[in-house]
Amino acid sequence: MRIQISSRTLQSDFVKKVTEISGQDLLACNQCGKCSAGCPMCFAMDLLPNQIIRLAQLGLEEDIAASKTVWLCASCLTCTVRCPRGVDLGRVMEAIRLITLRKNIDYVGAAKIPKDTISELPQIALVSSFRKHTA
Amino acid sequence: MDLSYYPGCTLKTAAKGLEDSAITSMNALGIRLVEIERWNCCGTVYSLAEDDLAHHLAPVRNLIRVKEQGSDRVVTLCSFCYHTLKRANLLVRNDGEKRKTLNDFMEEEVDYNGEVEVLHLLEVLRDEVGWEAITEKVKVPLQGLKVAPYYGCTLLRPQDVAIDEVERPTILHQMMKSLGAEAVDFPYATECCGSFQIVGNPDFINQRAWEILSSAIRCGAEAIVLTCPLCHFNLSQRQPELVKRYSDFQGMPVFYFTQLLAIALGIDPEVCHFELSYGDPFSLLKSRKVVS
Repeated sequence: MRIQISSRTLQSDFVKKVTEISGQDLLACNQCGKCSAGCPMCFAMDLLPNQIIRLAQLGLEEDIAASKTVWLCASCLTCTVRCPRGVDLGRVMEAIRLITLRKNIDYVGAAKIPKDTISELPQIALVSSFRKHTA
Repeated sequence: MDLSYYPGCTLKTAAKGLEDSAITSMNALGIRLVEIERWNCCGTVYSLAEDDLAHHLAPVRNLIRVKEQGSDRVVTLCSFCYHTLKRANLLVRNDGEKRKTLNDFMEEEVDYNGEVEVLHLLEVLRDEVGWEAITEKVKVPLQGLKVAPYYGCTLLRPQDVAIDEVERPTILHQMMKSLGAEAVDFPYATECCGSFQIVGNPDFINQRAWEILSSAIRCGAEAIVLTCPLCHFNLSQRQPELVKRYSDFQGMPVFYFTQLLAIALGIDPEVCHFELSYGDPFSLLKSRKVVS
């Protein structure tokens, strides 16, 4: 993959926003890959969690936006407890999701879920999905 | 002894078997779970954003209810509720600025400063009742039952809310042994089932559930025991889909920890609401001659 970085991407609003919302120092990550090694959802991801944080360090917002990875994160926090550099990747994932959700763009459309599925799902599933995946 | 109890939404519907078996079992162990009044949904997930205080209001309001009702401890049965209440409580205790903002916003409520202790029922069983005392009260030992403890995420991560060792918990293992059952180790015991992704990405969660259940079977377990209503939904209630999809999968009984506690204490199985689980977990206990 060919990527272009510049002072524009490195100092972009995106990097500032992710840092601010997550409260995490993105540059603390040294790409050891432990987060991806333990991620239970990485089998379904197009980019691995460590690749997401690398792209975030470089301010490559469009590459992150084109990936489904942050929407597949289940916030299980396995990466968070295992990171040897103390980066709470669960918070970084949440910050990236929120940057989209706060533009009023939903990942899950409540109105599109079939009635039968809604009645089958317990409150705990619906409320947490809407909390994580809707604006 | 009375203990304030926060149920949460799903315990009144899909996880009725978790609530009823817990309340009845705890009565038999000498602890009355007293449901707090005017509780609201905890929000199910803890907000991970630094600038989002609004979503901490729901769990904090529940803690205020506990304080108002004169109690300094609250016990939860649902893993998600435990997680959300526990973390919101730590936030209020540890972050003075956010504590002030939250209290100022909720001006109609009494101020809250983190006075309440949030507990999960497993902690109460381990630290207040004790495994030996439980064993003494067992009337129907779960002899010969090979059950794999499945911990899920929210009781163990992050570190500051963990009720046990993060990477190698044993609390459910110990509980199963205290009831006379055999606890089977398996590699997915602390791995996430995929959680709320069952709504937006059900296919991936079917795959996760199948991997978790198959691994437990390969390790010699004949049932899973767990604590969380969402894990229960993904691993038990969704099994009809798994049986259709994976030809090698025949189904596997899934129990809440309190259902096995109730059975072992000799309580009427009706409180377990096994009709809300896939298949008939109770028939496994009958076939193993644990119950007649």
